[in-house]
Amino acid sequence: MPFQSTVGDYQTVATLETFGFLPPMTQDEIYDQIAYIIAQGWSPVIEHVQPSGSMQTYWSYWKLPFFGEKDLNLVVSELEACHRAYPDHHVRIVGYDAYTQSQGTCFVVFQGR
Amino acid sequence: MAKKYDAGVKEYRDTYFTPDYVPLDTDLLACFKCTGQEGVPKEEVAAAVAAESSTGTWSTVWSELLVDLEFYKGRCYRIEDVPGDKDAFYAFIAYPLDLFEEGSITNVLTSLVGNVFGFKALRHLRLEDIRFPMAFIKTCGGPPSGIVVERDRLNKYGRPLLGCTIKPKLGLSGKNYGRVVYECLRGGLDLTKDDENINSQPFQRWRERFEFVAEAVKLAQQETGEVKGHYLNCTATTPEEMYKRAEFAKELDMPIIMHDYITGGFTANTGLANWCRENGMLLHIHRAMHAVIDRHPQHGIHFRVLAKCLRLSGGDQLHTGTVVGKLEGDRQTTLGYIDNLRESFVPEDRTRGNFFDQDWGSMPGVFAVASGGIHVWHMPALLAIFGDDSCLQFGGGTHGHPWGSAAGAAANRVALEACVKARNAGREIEKESRDILLEAAKHSPELAIALETWKEIKFEFDTVDKLDVQ
Repeated sequence: MPFQSTVGDYQTVATLETFGFLPPMTQDEIYDQIAYIIAQGWSPVIEHVQPSGSMQTYWSYWKLPFFGEKDLNLVVSELEACHRAYPDHHVRIVGYDAYTQSQGTCFVVFQGR
Repeated sequence: MAKKYDAGVKEYRDTYFTPDYVPLDTDLLACFKCTGQEGVPKEEVAAAVAAESSTGTWSTVWSELLVDLEFYKGRCYRIEDVPGDKDAFYAFIAYPLDLFEEGSITNVLTSLVGNVFGFKALRHLRLEDIRFPMAFIKTCGGPPSGIVVERDRLNKYGRPLLGCTIKPKLGLSGKNYGRVVYECLRGGLDLTKDDENINSQPFQRWRERFEFVAEAVKLAQQETGEVKGHYLNCTATTPEEMYKRAEFAKELDMPIIMHDYITGGFTANTGLANWCRENGMLLHIHRAMHAVIDRHPQHGIHFRVLAKCLRLSGGDQLHTGTVVGKLEGDRQTTLGYIDNLRESFVPEDRTRGNFFDQDWGSMPGVFAVASGGIHVWHMPALLAIFGDDSCLQFGGGTHGHPWGSAAGAAANRVALEACVKARNAGREIEKESRDILLEAAKHSPELAIALETWKEIKFEFDTVDKLDVQ
């Protein structure tokens, strides 16, 4: 077989940082990741932005960070409420670590249009 | 009471071996592995090391009596056997703080690993560890930015950074080199790296490289929507030239530069780290020449000392070996010194090779960089060993992909994210590595091909320098 026919054409994709190269997560998989955030002792934070602003440092908070929140279902329902309120926006969840003053993790749950 | 001058040669141990001494919090402590010449008592060897690395010389001199030597001398305060080595022993030495210039790693090393290493009464000597006192640490600048700030600048959270070195490491023109950078970054890497051998050679002068690389970084950033960077190597012939290159990187709006801290030297490194702190530039540190110094188990300086010195001198990322790749490094030892790069307190733990409690106070942490002979199959082990605060660099494992660097980069990115996702979901990633990677490959032809390409490659040689345990 000629060499060129075995080589694929890799097309650049626009991605949204962590987990940007994985297929969209199922609901259960999203639950697992939020459970991890809570288990680390991090505070869940929900943020959203219109897609053209995805590279901004600051996205809008949904309400306030959910400091000390341990209830997985509450976090999930807030994520969904944010998505309903801003269906065109990217919505991401942050696991905020007050000890390091950093984000323990951060990934986009709903992609805007 | 004032002493009288008594010319002649005294035994070192009369002055420098003080087993009753209780080290002060402000003392700099060192552990040396000593192998003396036959017939020389341990106490005399240990005291000689303390003397020759601090105030002593071979003969008593009159001018000693002009100062209070008790205040300035280094002291051997403990001797221990080395497990598994009947010829060697550990000597623990305490140095008063005032022996060292504030913030000068150069000065500390000139004393501790200076003349004493050529001392005839010793067959071998190895500096195993240093406990830096907080009083000294507070005089050092440390990492220009550190892990937390670097994450914020690069917008990378919840996973290791992903990088690679541009290959072939020598010979590419500036424009071709920039092309390879672009391919890697558009494929999903966060960072690419100048090979340490790239400075400013006739085939590719530094300015050419910097300009083409900057264009590649900006384009990839624009197309992918993610923050990208390339470590522009500023290691140069002179400090003046080094700063000139750093200034130009800043002018091009690049986020990170690079320095080779052992060949370049600690003075140059500390200077460049200070420049980076003042100019908001991240600093990646390479460690060429380290194995010359740190690989022999009886002689030289252990890498944990060189790593601690770098954290103090300044750098935001430091190469640490991979444990699993083509270069030397045992797992426990590596964990021991990457703790010392990243944590704010590291307890004494001989099973990790750490001889002292080390309090780093508020000094920022340094990313551990794993690079050298690693490929996608290693990803689960690398994540398990190095954790999130690391930078994993796949050179051959990116450019060697049958579809090229962009596809190779994508394969690594998919593998990394699949491993992070699995770990967070509570899976045992090392045990289940095969399943995790094969599942991820179902959604990524690039990863499927990478897994096929490197399925047989292993580097299973025993390490030369092991921990001293029975």
